[in-house]
Amino acid sequence: MVLRATGKAGSPFAAVLGRRPVRTISASGAAAYLGEAMRDVAIVATAQSPALRKEERRNEVEILMPVIHELRENAKLDQDDIGFTVSGSCDYLQGQPFAFVTALDAIGPWPPIDESHVEMDGAWALYEAWVRLQHGDIDTALVYSFGKSSPGDIRRILTLQLDPYYLVPMWPDPVALAALQARALLESDGVSEKDMAEVVARSRKHAKDNPNAQLKGDVDVDQLLNEPMYLSPLRKHDCPPITDGAAAVILAAGDKAREITDRPAWIRGIDHRIEPHSLGVRDLTDSPSTRKAGEVAGVGSGKVDVAELYAPFSHQEIILRRALGLGDGVNVNPSGGALAANAVMVAGLLRVIEAAQRIMDGSADRAVAHATSGPALQQNLVAVLEGE
Amino acid sequence: MPERGEGTIVERPLRLDYDYTAGLAQSRFLKGIAQKKILGERCPKCGKVYVGSRGSCPTDGVATDGGEVDLPHKGTLTTFCVVNVPFAGQSVECPYASGYILLDGADIPLMGLIQEIPHDQVRMGLRVEAVWEDEVGPTLQSIKYWKPTGEPDADYETYKMHL
Repeated sequence: MVLRATGKAGSPFAAVLGRRPVRTISASGAAAYLGEAMRDVAIVATAQSPALRKEERRNEVEILMPVIHELRENAKLDQDDIGFTVSGSCDYLQGQPFAFVTALDAIGPWPPIDESHVEMDGAWALYEAWVRLQHGDIDTALVYSFGKSSPGDIRRILTLQLDPYYLVPMWPDPVALAALQARALLESDGVSEKDMAEVVARSRKHAKDNPNAQLKGDVDVDQLLNEPMYLSPLRKHDCPPITDGAAAVILAAGDKAREITDRPAWIRGIDHRIEPHSLGVRDLTDSPSTRKAGEVAGVGSGKVDVAELYAPFSHQEIILRRALGLGDGVNVNPSGGALAANAVMVAGLLRVIEAAQRIMDGSADRAVAHATSGPALQQNLVAVLEGE
Repeated sequence: MPERGEGTIVERPLRLDYDYTAGLAQSRFLKGIAQKKILGERCPKCGKVYVGSRGSCPTDGVATDGGEVDLPHKGTLTTFCVVNVPFAGQSVECPYASGYILLDGADIPLMGLIQEIPHDQVRMGLRVEAVWEDEVGPTLQSIKYWKPTGEPDADYETYKMHL
């Protein structure tokens, strides 16, 4: 039998309880509150699988393994060199309890490794790794995420994250909730269906340069507007594709990061905020949790070259841009974003990866990465990345 | 309205269906079973032979592509349980013995039913062999059960690392 050091964390701190406390950090907004006291942490290597509509032959471990191998090769690190390993995934996608534990078969956790998991998008696993690195006793962390949305009915699965008494019995799935949100936005102010179609056209166009994207190509805005309604006011192209995929990153602190790569993507600020679970008490046309996270992460304190926003539905990109105060000069979703590929549980981490890649290759100096979780943009994470 | 102190019961039937993907390695294994073969896959790093491999060596995190091993249908019962308590979805009538069978040359045991032996004689180290169904397919149910070979029991030293 293989022994595994496995922890499951609901909050980032469940994983670090019991270890020696180096600093006291608040769960959110640590960067803003502690300022200079925080350790510099950077993304130093990334890897991702191609986004596919359906991985018909490979299981999750077989998808993940080559991604992990490529990642460690990019950073020239063995698993023995990694101080902390953490994953973000959801067992409901696979329909198998403890699927997140079997995923460790792709890592090689022997001798036993220091390891944790969040039942969330990989972006929140990255947050836990960042917090863990603040403890100062380790210098590297590996974050991975995987998700096959194709085996089950992803719309039904995601419905189960709603309040079980009043909402789930009506089965309002993510597309229905997004349609309600889009309708509220269209009726609230100057946003039009054309604005939504423009988001789609730009996303598909950008995705042409992304070898891993699923939906790409030149589409005409007027042509998009002639498409039939799918769930009014959403047309099919306003919704994300169903995607299987995996992604992973390595984080390193201080000089270790400079040792691994010439141009690390430094995490200058990172924060996540959540809104109430009940949809009825939220203003769906706004995203106050994104705004707050963006403020704490420091989005507005410098020029933003690139922003990767996890907006699974076209109108949500408009809400997020406003909440983060991103002007026309910002290159939004150069990867094509979630409208081009949306592996649930992976897509948020992918936004961080795509933003970091542009810092690491020198094409951007300052980038914003955003991830979302929960129904209709309930929970949001924002990170600011910079080159040196 | 319910009276004070009473609750309201809401029935909320819930069902999720999945298309299961066995994966490349498990598909090779199950295709072998459909031909009455029990195929193992070797880890290129540690040399262990996995039966019903999920595609990777869980110790080393590498693909089990170090060679296919056509394993004998005979092995040692490393541990077992006599099931006396019925449970939902049970497919065999109680009492029955279920155990881990370490095939000769494998490093991970397969699970199976132990029959053709009284339950109070089932023991660790018992040598067993597969009894196949007449009709076999890509499922472990193709092996009906495992029966004693009549060989002397295996020495504890030979399987203690596989418990």
